[in-house]
Amino acid sequence: MPAPAAPEIEHVFRQESRRAVAVLARVFGDIDVAEEAVQDAFTRALQVWPSSGLPPNPAGWIITTARNRAIDGLRREASRGDRHAHAALLDSGDEQVEEGAVRDDELRLIFTCCHPSLAPGAQVALTLRLLGGLTTAEIARAFLVPEKTMAQRLVRAKGKIRDAQIPYQVPGEADLAARLRAVLAIVYLIFNEGYAATAGEHLVRDDLCSEAVRLGRLVAELMPDEPEVMGLLALMLLFESRRAGRTTSEGGIVRLAEQDRSLWDRALIAEGHALVRACLQRDEPGPYQIQAAINAVHTDAPSAADTDWAQILQLYDQLLALTPSPVVALHRAVAVAEVRGPEPALAVVDGLELDTYHLFHAIRADLLRRLGRTAEAARAYEAAIARTDNAAERDLLQRAHRALDEHSLR
Amino acid sequence: MKQYLLSVIQPEGEPPPAPVLEKVMRDVDALREEVKAAGAWVFSGGLCPPSTATVVRLHDGEALMTDGPFAEGKEHIGGCMIIKAPDLDAALAWARKAARATTLPIEVRPFYEEA
Repeated sequence: MPAPAAPEIEHVFRQESRRAVAVLARVFGDIDVAEEAVQDAFTRALQVWPSSGLPPNPAGWIITTARNRAIDGLRREASRGDRHAHAALLDSGDEQVEEGAVRDDELRLIFTCCHPSLAPGAQVALTLRLLGGLTTAEIARAFLVPEKTMAQRLVRAKGKIRDAQIPYQVPGEADLAARLRAVLAIVYLIFNEGYAATAGEHLVRDDLCSEAVRLGRLVAELMPDEPEVMGLLALMLLFESRRAGRTTSEGGIVRLAEQDRSLWDRALIAEGHALVRACLQRDEPGPYQIQAAINAVHTDAPSAADTDWAQILQLYDQLLALTPSPVVALHRAVAVAEVRGPEPALAVVDGLELDTYHLFHAIRADLLRRLGRTAEAARAYEAAIARTDNAAERDLLQRAHRALDEHSLR
Repeated sequence: MKQYLLSVIQPEGEPPPAPVLEKVMRDVDALREEVKAAGAWVFSGGLCPPSTATVVRLHDGEALMTDGPFAEGKEHIGGCMIIKAPDLDAALAWARKAARATTLPIEVRPFYEEA
Protein backbone atom coordinates (compact mmCIF):
# COMPACT_ATOMS: atom_id res chain seq x y z
CA MET A 1 0.00 0.00 0.00
CA PRO A 2 1.46 3.41 -0.91
CA ALA A 3 2.15 5.69 2.04
CA PRO A 4 -0.50 8.43 2.25
CA ALA A 5 0.66 12.04 2.12
CA ALA A 6 -0.61 14.78 4.44
CA PRO A 7 -3.29 16.13 2.06
CA GLU A 8 -4.71 12.63 1.67
CA ILE A 9 -4.76 12.13 5.43
CA GLU A 10 -6.53 15.45 5.81
CA HIS A 11 -9.08 14.41 3.21
CA VAL A 12 -9.81 11.13 5.01
CA PHE A 13 -10.21 13.06 8.26
CA ARG A 14 -12.62 15.55 6.76
CA GLN A 15 -14.70 12.62 5.51
CA GLU A 16 -14.59 10.53 8.65
CA SER A 17 -14.19 12.91 11.58
CA ARG A 18 -17.87 13.88 11.66
CA ARG A 19 -18.80 10.31 12.62
CA ALA A 20 -16.01 10.11 15.15
CA VAL A 21 -17.18 13.33 16.83
CA ALA A 22 -20.77 12.00 16.94
CA VAL A 23 -19.68 8.77 18.63
CA LEU A 24 -17.32 10.41 21.10
CA ALA A 25 -19.74 13.22 21.98
CA ARG A 26 -22.17 10.59 23.21
CA VAL A 27 -19.48 8.46 24.87
CA PHE A 28 -18.03 11.40 26.83
CA GLY A 29 -21.18 13.52 27.03
CA ASP A 30 -19.12 16.51 25.93
CA ILE A 31 -18.68 17.88 22.41
CA ASP A 32 -15.50 19.80 23.22
CA VAL A 33 -13.82 16.67 24.57
CA ALA A 34 -14.91 14.81 21.43
CA GLU A 35 -13.64 17.49 19.04
CA GLU A 36 -10.30 17.81 20.80
CA ALA A 37 -9.85 14.04 20.87
CA VAL A 38 -10.49 13.77 17.14
CA GLN A 39 -8.04 16.62 16.53
CA ASP A 40 -5.48 14.71 18.62
CA ALA A 41 -6.10 11.58 16.58
CA PHE A 42 -5.46 13.62 13.43
CA THR A 43 -2.05 14.71 14.76
CA ARG A 44 -1.32 11.08 15.58
CA ALA A 45 -2.36 9.96 12.08
CA LEU A 46 -0.02 12.50 10.50
CA GLN A 47 2.82 10.87 12.47
CA VAL A 48 1.86 7.22 11.98
CA TRP A 49 0.06 6.80 8.67
CA PRO A 50 2.89 7.93 6.35
CA SER A 51 4.92 4.91 7.49
CA SER A 52 2.18 2.40 8.38
CA GLY A 53 -0.14 3.24 5.48
CA LEU A 54 -3.89 3.90 5.73
CA PRO A 55 -5.56 1.57 8.22
CA PRO A 56 -8.14 -0.79 6.64
CA ASN A 57 -10.95 1.00 8.53
CA PRO A 58 -9.91 4.65 8.94
CA ALA A 59 -13.14 5.61 10.77
CA GLY A 60 -12.64 2.83 13.29
CA TRP A 61 -8.99 3.81 13.76
CA ILE A 62 -9.91 7.46 14.34
CA ILE A 63 -12.63 6.58 16.87
CA THR A 64 -10.44 4.15 18.83
CA THR A 65 -7.39 6.43 18.80
CA ALA A 66 -9.40 9.53 19.71
CA ARG A 67 -11.21 7.67 22.48
CA ASN A 68 -7.97 6.38 24.02
CA ARG A 69 -6.29 9.75 23.82
CA ALA A 70 -9.33 11.46 25.34
CA ILE A 71 -9.37 8.98 28.22
CA ASP A 72 -5.65 9.59 28.84
CA GLY A 73 -6.22 13.35 28.84
CA LEU A 74 -9.29 13.14 31.08
CA ARG A 75 -7.42 10.93 33.58
CA ARG A 76 -4.72 13.58 33.84
CA GLU A 77 -7.28 16.35 34.34
CA ALA A 78 -9.40 14.31 36.75
CA SER A 79 -6.33 13.59 38.88
CA ARG A 80 -5.94 17.36 39.19
CA GLY A 81 -9.51 17.54 40.44
CA ASP A 82 -11.34 18.70 37.30
CA ARG A 83 -15.03 17.98 37.79
CA HIS A 84 -15.99 17.85 34.11
CA ALA A 85 -13.11 15.52 33.29
CA HIS A 86 -14.17 13.25 36.13
CA ALA A 87 -17.78 13.17 34.93
CA ALA A 88 -16.79 12.58 31.33
CA LEU A 89 -14.51 9.75 32.38
CA LEU A 90 -17.29 8.11 34.39
CA ASP A 91 -19.65 8.41 31.41
CA SER A 92 -17.21 6.86 29.00
CA GLY A 93 -17.28 3.32 30.45
CA ASP A 94 -15.40 0.77 28.42
CA GLU A 95 -17.56 0.07 25.43
CA GLN A 96 -16.47 -1.03 21.99
CA VAL A 97 -17.81 0.99 19.09
CA GLU A 98 -19.66 -0.89 16.38
CA GLU A 99 -20.39 0.18 12.83
CA GLY A 100 -24.22 0.18 13.14
CA ALA A 101 -24.06 2.16 16.36
CA VAL A 102 -22.13 4.94 14.62
CA ARG A 103 -25.14 5.78 12.45
CA ASP A 104 -27.34 5.94 15.54
CA ASP A 105 -24.88 8.33 17.14
CA GLU A 106 -25.03 10.64 14.13
CA LEU A 107 -28.82 10.67 14.34
CA ARG A 108 -28.69 11.40 18.09
CA LEU A 109 -26.32 14.29 17.49
CA ILE A 110 -28.65 15.81 14.88
CA PHE A 111 -31.43 15.94 17.46
CA THR A 112 -29.04 17.42 20.03
CA CYS A 113 -27.87 20.15 17.63
CA CYS A 114 -31.47 21.00 16.70
CA HIS A 115 -32.80 20.94 20.26
CA PRO A 116 -35.58 23.54 20.71
CA SER A 117 -33.91 24.87 23.87
CA LEU A 118 -31.14 26.30 21.63
CA ALA A 119 -31.70 29.51 19.66
CA PRO A 120 -32.22 28.89 15.90
CA GLY A 121 -28.93 30.63 15.07
CA ALA A 122 -27.12 28.33 17.48
CA GLN A 123 -28.87 25.28 16.04
CA VAL A 124 -27.77 26.22 12.53
CA ALA A 125 -24.18 26.87 13.58
CA LEU A 126 -23.90 23.62 15.56
CA THR A 127 -25.45 21.56 12.80
CA LEU A 128 -23.09 22.97 10.18
CA ARG A 129 -20.07 22.60 12.46
CA LEU A 130 -20.71 19.11 13.83
CA LEU A 131 -22.72 17.41 11.11
CA GLY A 132 -21.87 19.41 8.04
CA GLY A 133 -18.20 19.49 8.89
CA LEU A 134 -17.74 23.19 8.02
CA THR A 135 -15.08 25.08 9.92
CA THR A 136 -16.10 27.93 12.19
CA ALA A 137 -14.53 30.38 9.71
CA GLU A 138 -16.59 28.93 6.86
CA ILE A 139 -19.83 29.17 8.83
CA ALA A 140 -19.02 32.74 9.87
CA ARG A 141 -18.40 33.69 6.23
CA ALA A 142 -21.63 32.05 5.09
CA PHE A 143 -23.66 34.04 7.60
CA LEU A 144 -21.69 37.26 7.16
CA VAL A 145 -20.67 37.53 10.81
CA PRO A 146 -17.14 37.94 12.20
CA GLU A 147 -15.43 34.63 12.94
CA LYS A 148 -15.09 35.60 16.59
CA THR A 149 -18.86 36.10 16.90
CA MET A 150 -19.55 32.69 15.37
CA ALA A 151 -16.93 31.06 17.61
CA GLN A 152 -18.58 32.60 20.68
CA ARG A 153 -21.99 31.43 19.52
CA LEU A 154 -20.65 27.88 19.20
CA VAL A 155 -18.91 27.96 22.59
CA ARG A 156 -22.09 29.19 24.26
CA ALA A 157 -24.24 26.53 22.57
CA LYS A 158 -21.84 23.72 23.42
CA GLY A 159 -21.65 25.00 26.99
CA LYS A 160 -25.43 24.87 27.29
CA ILE A 161 -25.57 21.32 25.89
CA ARG A 162 -23.00 20.25 28.49
CA ASP A 163 -24.29 22.17 31.53
CA ALA A 164 -28.02 21.78 30.97
CA GLN A 165 -27.37 18.19 29.88
CA ILE A 166 -29.26 18.31 26.63
CA PRO A 167 -29.42 14.58 25.94
CA TYR A 168 -27.83 12.73 23.05
CA GLN A 169 -30.87 10.75 22.09
CA VAL A 170 -33.51 10.32 19.46
CA PRO A 171 -36.71 11.66 21.06
CA GLY A 172 -39.38 9.20 22.14
CA GLU A 173 -42.56 8.51 20.19
CA ALA A 174 -44.50 11.36 21.88
CA ASP A 175 -42.06 14.10 20.83
CA LEU A 176 -40.56 12.64 17.69
CA ALA A 177 -42.85 14.31 15.15
CA ALA A 178 -42.37 17.82 16.57
CA ARG A 179 -38.63 17.37 17.06
CA LEU A 180 -38.16 15.97 13.55
CA ARG A 181 -40.02 19.00 12.16
CA ALA A 182 -37.48 21.17 14.01
CA VAL A 183 -34.56 19.25 12.46
CA LEU A 184 -36.02 19.56 8.96
CA ALA A 185 -36.74 23.26 9.52
CA ILE A 186 -33.07 23.87 10.36
CA VAL A 187 -31.84 21.96 7.29
CA TYR A 188 -34.27 23.89 5.10
CA LEU A 189 -33.27 27.18 6.73
CA ILE A 190 -29.64 26.47 5.82
CA PHE A 191 -30.69 25.66 2.26
CA ASN A 192 -32.77 28.81 1.95
CA GLU A 193 -30.02 31.00 3.31
CA GLY A 194 -27.83 29.57 0.56
CA TYR A 195 -30.50 29.72 -2.13
CA ALA A 196 -31.80 33.22 -1.55
CA ALA A 197 -29.21 34.87 0.62
CA THR A 198 -31.05 37.51 2.60
CA ALA A 199 -28.22 40.00 2.26
CA GLY A 200 -25.09 40.52 0.21
CA GLU A 201 -24.05 40.81 -3.39
CA HIS A 202 -24.74 37.29 -4.58
CA LEU A 203 -28.12 35.68 -4.83
CA VAL A 204 -26.94 32.14 -4.21
CA ARG A 205 -24.31 30.91 -1.82
CA ASP A 206 -23.55 27.50 -3.26
CA ASP A 207 -21.63 26.22 -0.24
CA LEU A 208 -24.68 26.43 2.01
CA CYS A 209 -26.94 24.80 -0.58
CA SER A 210 -24.67 21.81 -1.03
CA GLU A 211 -24.21 21.51 2.74
CA ALA A 212 -27.99 21.49 3.23
CA VAL A 213 -28.44 18.86 0.51
CA ARG A 214 -25.73 16.75 2.12
CA LEU A 215 -27.47 17.07 5.50
CA GLY A 216 -30.78 16.22 3.84
CA ARG A 217 -29.23 13.07 2.37
CA LEU A 218 -27.76 12.17 5.76
CA VAL A 219 -31.12 12.51 7.53
CA ALA A 220 -32.82 10.58 4.70
CA GLU A 221 -30.25 7.81 5.04
CA LEU A 222 -30.75 7.69 8.81
CA MET A 223 -34.55 7.96 8.77
CA PRO A 224 -35.67 6.34 5.52
CA ASP A 225 -39.22 5.75 6.78
CA GLU A 226 -40.15 9.39 7.31
CA PRO A 227 -42.01 10.76 4.24
CA GLU A 228 -41.36 14.41 5.11
CA VAL A 229 -37.60 13.71 5.25
CA MET A 230 -37.85 12.40 1.68
CA GLY A 231 -40.07 15.36 0.77
CA LEU A 232 -37.52 17.88 1.98
CA LEU A 233 -34.66 16.12 0.19
CA ALA A 234 -36.70 16.02 -3.04
CA LEU A 235 -37.59 19.70 -2.67
CA MET A 236 -33.96 20.74 -2.22
CA LEU A 237 -32.78 18.53 -5.11
CA LEU A 238 -35.34 20.07 -7.45
CA PHE A 239 -34.31 23.61 -6.45
CA GLU A 240 -30.68 22.60 -6.85
CA SER A 241 -31.34 21.14 -10.30
CA ARG A 242 -32.24 24.62 -11.59
CA ARG A 243 -29.29 26.40 -10.02
CA ALA A 244 -27.29 26.82 -13.25
CA GLY A 245 -30.30 28.28 -15.06
CA ARG A 246 -31.27 30.59 -12.26
CA THR A 247 -28.44 33.11 -12.39
CA THR A 248 -26.64 34.92 -15.18
CA SER A 249 -22.85 34.84 -15.38
CA GLU A 250 -22.89 38.26 -13.68
CA GLY A 251 -24.89 36.86 -10.76
CA GLY A 252 -28.26 38.32 -11.79
CA ILE A 253 -31.51 36.43 -11.36
CA VAL A 254 -33.28 34.70 -14.21
CA ARG A 255 -36.94 34.09 -13.47
CA LEU A 256 -38.30 30.56 -13.82
CA ALA A 257 -40.29 31.35 -16.97
CA GLU A 258 -37.21 32.77 -18.73
CA GLN A 259 -34.69 30.12 -17.69
CA ASP A 260 -32.81 28.07 -20.27
CA ARG A 261 -34.11 24.65 -19.30
CA SER A 262 -31.24 22.87 -21.05
CA LEU A 263 -29.05 24.15 -18.20
CA TRP A 264 -31.06 22.23 -15.62
CA ASP A 265 -29.39 19.23 -14.02
CA ARG A 266 -31.26 16.20 -15.35
CA ALA A 267 -29.72 13.76 -12.86
CA LEU A 268 -30.91 15.80 -9.88
CA ILE A 269 -34.35 16.19 -11.48
CA ALA A 270 -34.61 12.42 -12.00
CA GLU A 271 -33.59 11.80 -8.40
CA GLY A 272 -36.06 14.40 -7.10
CA HIS A 273 -38.90 13.05 -9.24
CA ALA A 274 -38.24 9.49 -8.06
CA LEU A 275 -38.48 10.67 -4.44
CA VAL A 276 -41.71 12.58 -5.16
CA ARG A 277 -43.21 9.47 -6.77
CA ALA A 278 -42.21 7.36 -3.76
CA CYS A 279 -43.87 9.95 -1.49
CA LEU A 280 -47.07 9.92 -3.56
CA GLN A 281 -47.22 6.15 -3.24
CA ARG A 282 -46.99 6.36 0.56
CA ASP A 283 -49.83 8.88 0.55
CA GLU A 284 -48.94 10.60 3.83
CA PRO A 285 -48.71 14.15 2.46
CA GLY A 286 -46.89 16.89 4.33
CA PRO A 287 -45.76 20.44 3.52
CA TYR A 288 -42.32 19.47 2.16
CA GLN A 289 -43.72 16.68 0.01
CA ILE A 290 -46.34 18.98 -1.51
CA GLN A 291 -43.77 21.72 -2.21
CA ALA A 292 -41.55 19.07 -3.81
CA ALA A 293 -44.50 17.94 -5.94
CA ILE A 294 -45.10 21.55 -7.07
CA ASN A 295 -41.46 21.80 -8.12
CA ALA A 296 -41.70 18.44 -9.84
CA VAL A 297 -44.50 19.86 -12.01
CA HIS A 298 -42.23 22.80 -12.95
CA THR A 299 -39.21 20.63 -13.73
CA ASP A 300 -41.45 18.25 -15.69
CA ALA A 301 -42.48 20.93 -18.20
CA PRO A 302 -40.31 21.06 -21.35
CA SER A 303 -41.00 24.82 -21.57
CA ALA A 304 -42.59 27.45 -19.33
CA ALA A 305 -45.65 27.50 -21.58
CA ASP A 306 -46.12 23.75 -21.06
CA THR A 307 -46.39 24.12 -17.26
CA ASP A 308 -49.43 22.34 -15.85
CA TRP A 309 -50.63 25.30 -13.74
CA ALA A 310 -53.95 23.65 -12.94
CA GLN A 311 -52.09 20.88 -11.15
CA ILE A 312 -49.86 23.39 -9.40
CA LEU A 313 -52.91 25.31 -8.19
CA GLN A 314 -54.43 22.08 -6.90
CA LEU A 315 -51.22 21.33 -4.98
CA TYR A 316 -51.18 24.85 -3.51
CA ASP A 317 -54.80 24.39 -2.39
CA GLN A 318 -53.67 21.25 -0.57
CA LEU A 319 -50.63 23.04 0.91
CA LEU A 320 -52.73 25.99 2.08
CA ALA A 321 -55.22 23.64 3.76
CA LEU A 322 -52.34 21.91 5.58
CA THR A 323 -50.32 25.02 6.47
CA PRO A 324 -52.55 28.09 6.28
CA SER A 325 -50.17 31.05 6.09
CA PRO A 326 -50.19 34.33 4.16
CA VAL A 327 -46.88 33.42 2.47
CA VAL A 328 -48.34 30.17 1.09
CA ALA A 329 -51.45 32.11 0.00
CA LEU A 330 -49.19 34.60 -1.81
CA HIS A 331 -47.39 31.88 -3.78
CA ARG A 332 -50.73 30.24 -4.52
CA ALA A 333 -51.89 33.54 -6.01
CA VAL A 334 -49.20 33.20 -8.71
CA ALA A 335 -50.84 29.94 -9.78
CA VAL A 336 -54.29 31.56 -9.56
CA ALA A 337 -53.08 34.22 -12.03
CA GLU A 338 -51.95 31.56 -14.50
CA VAL A 339 -55.15 29.51 -14.25
CA ARG A 340 -57.84 32.18 -13.75
CA GLY A 341 -56.13 35.41 -14.77
CA PRO A 342 -54.49 38.36 -12.97
CA GLU A 343 -57.73 39.94 -11.73
CA PRO A 344 -58.83 37.19 -9.30
CA ALA A 345 -55.17 36.71 -8.31
CA LEU A 346 -54.86 40.39 -7.37
CA ALA A 347 -58.00 40.07 -5.25
CA VAL A 348 -56.31 37.23 -3.34
CA VAL A 349 -53.05 39.18 -2.92
CA ASP A 350 -54.78 42.35 -1.75
CA GLY A 351 -56.39 40.39 1.06
CA LEU A 352 -53.00 39.42 2.54
CA GLU A 353 -51.21 41.29 5.30
CA LEU A 354 -47.62 40.99 4.13
CA ASP A 355 -46.55 44.62 3.79
CA THR A 356 -42.99 44.00 5.06
CA TYR A 357 -42.33 41.15 2.59
CA HIS A 358 -40.71 42.27 -0.68
CA LEU A 359 -42.23 39.39 -2.70
CA PHE A 360 -45.72 40.52 -1.76
CA HIS A 361 -45.10 43.84 -3.50
CA ALA A 362 -43.21 42.22 -6.38
CA ILE A 363 -46.03 39.79 -7.15
CA ARG A 364 -48.60 42.56 -6.76
CA ALA A 365 -46.59 44.76 -9.12
CA ASP A 366 -46.51 42.04 -11.76
CA LEU A 367 -50.27 41.47 -11.52
CA LEU A 368 -50.97 45.23 -11.77
CA ARG A 369 -48.65 45.43 -14.81
CA ARG A 370 -50.56 42.63 -16.49
CA LEU A 371 -53.81 44.47 -15.81
CA GLY A 372 -52.38 47.61 -17.45
CA ARG A 373 -52.44 49.56 -14.16
CA THR A 374 -48.94 50.91 -14.80
CA ALA A 375 -48.79 53.71 -12.24
CA GLU A 376 -49.87 51.41 -9.42
CA ALA A 377 -47.45 48.73 -10.64
CA ALA A 378 -44.59 51.24 -10.50
CA ARG A 379 -45.42 52.12 -6.90
CA ALA A 380 -45.59 48.43 -5.98
CA TYR A 381 -42.15 47.80 -7.57
CA GLU A 382 -40.74 50.70 -5.57
CA ALA A 383 -42.19 49.21 -2.38
CA ALA A 384 -40.63 45.83 -3.25
CA ILE A 385 -37.22 47.39 -4.00
CA ALA A 386 -37.24 49.21 -0.68
CA ARG A 387 -37.81 45.92 1.16
CA THR A 388 -34.98 43.70 -0.09
CA ASP A 389 -31.33 43.72 0.96
CA ASN A 390 -30.27 41.16 -1.64
CA ALA A 391 -28.49 42.97 -4.47
CA ALA A 392 -29.47 40.44 -7.16
CA GLU A 393 -33.14 40.54 -6.23
CA ARG A 394 -33.12 44.31 -6.08
CA ASP A 395 -31.54 44.40 -9.52
CA LEU A 396 -34.25 42.15 -10.97
CA LEU A 397 -36.95 44.37 -9.49
CA GLN A 398 -35.28 47.54 -10.77
CA ARG A 399 -35.13 46.07 -14.27
CA ALA A 400 -38.85 45.21 -14.11
CA HIS A 401 -39.55 48.72 -12.85
CA ARG A 402 -37.62 50.31 -15.74
CA ALA A 403 -39.29 48.02 -18.29
CA LEU A 404 -42.59 49.40 -17.05
CA ASP A 405 -41.54 52.97 -18.04
CA GLU A 406 -40.26 51.91 -21.44
CA HIS A 407 -43.51 50.06 -22.03
CA SER A 408 -45.71 53.02 -21.12
CA LEU A 409 -43.63 55.43 -23.25
CA ARG A 410 -44.21 53.42 -26.39
CA MET B 1 -28.58 12.84 38.77
CA LYS B 2 -28.66 16.39 37.52
CA GLN B 3 -30.62 19.06 39.41
CA TYR B 4 -32.65 21.83 37.78
CA LEU B 5 -34.29 24.95 39.13
CA LEU B 6 -37.78 25.53 37.78
CA SER B 7 -38.75 29.17 38.40
CA VAL B 8 -42.27 30.48 38.01
CA ILE B 9 -42.20 33.78 36.12
CA GLN B 10 -44.99 35.88 37.61
CA PRO B 11 -46.14 39.20 36.15
CA GLU B 12 -46.49 42.26 38.40
CA GLY B 13 -50.01 43.26 39.34
CA GLU B 14 -53.12 41.91 41.00
CA PRO B 15 -53.40 38.14 41.45
CA PRO B 16 -56.16 36.41 39.48
CA PRO B 17 -59.66 36.14 41.08
CA ALA B 18 -60.10 33.65 43.92
CA PRO B 19 -61.70 30.76 41.99
CA VAL B 20 -58.89 30.86 39.40
CA LEU B 21 -56.22 31.09 42.09
CA GLU B 22 -57.74 28.19 44.02
CA LYS B 23 -57.59 25.96 40.97
CA VAL B 24 -53.95 26.93 40.41
CA MET B 25 -53.13 26.08 44.03
CA ARG B 26 -54.85 22.69 43.74
CA ASP B 27 -53.01 21.93 40.47
CA VAL B 28 -49.66 22.99 41.92
CA ASP B 29 -50.22 20.78 45.00
CA ALA B 30 -51.12 17.85 42.77
CA LEU B 31 -47.99 18.41 40.65
CA ARG B 32 -45.77 18.50 43.75
CA GLU B 33 -47.23 15.13 44.85
CA GLU B 34 -46.64 13.74 41.35
CA VAL B 35 -43.01 14.91 41.33
CA LYS B 36 -42.51 13.43 44.82
CA ALA B 37 -44.08 10.12 43.78
CA ALA B 38 -41.68 10.00 40.83
CA GLY B 39 -38.73 10.52 43.18
CA ALA B 40 -37.75 13.72 41.35
CA TRP B 41 -38.66 16.28 44.05
CA VAL B 42 -35.90 18.11 45.95
CA PHE B 43 -37.58 21.30 47.13
CA SER B 44 -40.45 23.61 46.24
CA GLY B 45 -42.18 26.67 47.56
CA GLY B 46 -44.04 29.86 46.73
CA LEU B 47 -42.44 33.25 47.43
CA CYS B 48 -43.94 36.28 49.13
CA PRO B 49 -44.15 39.37 46.87
CA PRO B 50 -40.94 41.24 45.87
CA SER B 51 -41.99 44.14 48.13
CA THR B 52 -41.07 41.91 51.10
CA ALA B 53 -37.47 41.45 49.90
CA THR B 54 -34.33 42.94 51.45
CA VAL B 55 -30.95 43.16 49.69
CA VAL B 56 -27.74 42.86 51.72
CA ARG B 57 -24.47 44.20 50.27
CA LEU B 58 -21.03 44.34 51.77
CA HIS B 59 -19.56 47.85 51.78
CA ASP B 60 -16.16 48.41 53.43
CA GLY B 61 -16.79 45.30 55.51
CA GLU B 62 -20.18 46.58 56.67
CA ALA B 63 -23.46 44.95 55.67
CA LEU B 64 -25.65 47.51 53.93
CA MET B 65 -29.35 46.73 53.71
CA THR B 66 -31.74 48.06 51.13
CA ASP B 67 -35.47 47.62 51.07
CA GLY B 68 -37.05 45.91 48.09
CA PRO B 69 -35.94 43.50 45.38
CA PHE B 70 -32.49 43.61 43.76
CA ALA B 71 -33.98 44.53 40.41
CA GLU B 72 -37.41 45.99 39.76
CA GLY B 73 -39.07 44.37 36.81
CA LYS B 74 -42.34 43.69 35.05
CA GLU B 75 -41.95 40.06 36.16
CA HIS B 76 -40.49 38.40 39.20
CA ILE B 77 -39.90 34.87 40.44
CA GLY B 78 -43.10 33.85 42.13
CA GLY B 79 -41.98 30.45 43.31
CA CYS B 80 -39.68 27.62 42.41
CA MET B 81 -39.17 23.91 42.44
CA ILE B 82 -35.87 22.09 42.43
CA ILE B 83 -36.02 18.72 40.72
CA LYS B 84 -33.72 15.82 39.94
CA ALA B 85 -33.76 14.69 36.32
CA PRO B 86 -31.53 12.51 34.15
CA ASP B 87 -31.31 15.17 31.42
CA LEU B 88 -32.82 18.41 30.09
CA ASP B 89 -35.61 16.63 28.21
CA ALA B 90 -36.84 15.06 31.45
CA ALA B 91 -36.61 18.44 33.22
CA LEU B 92 -38.51 20.12 30.36
CA ALA B 93 -41.26 17.52 30.66
CA TRP B 94 -41.77 18.56 34.31
CA ALA B 95 -41.59 22.22 33.29
CA ARG B 96 -44.37 21.67 30.79
CA LYS B 97 -46.56 20.27 33.58
CA ALA B 98 -45.59 23.17 35.86
CA ALA B 99 -46.52 25.71 33.19
CA ARG B 100 -49.89 24.02 32.82
CA ALA B 101 -50.50 23.95 36.61
CA THR B 102 -49.38 27.54 37.29
CA THR B 103 -50.64 28.94 33.94
CA LEU B 104 -47.36 30.92 33.93
CA PRO B 105 -44.02 30.69 32.07
CA ILE B 106 -41.42 28.43 33.72
CA GLU B 107 -37.68 29.06 33.45
CA VAL B 108 -35.57 25.89 33.58
CA ARG B 109 -31.99 26.32 34.71
CA PRO B 110 -29.45 23.63 35.50
CA PHE B 111 -27.31 23.53 38.63
CA TYR B 112 -23.64 22.67 38.28
CA GLU B 113 -22.99 19.02 38.96
CA GLU B 114 -22.05 18.40 42.59
CA ALA B 115 -18.33 17.73 42.99
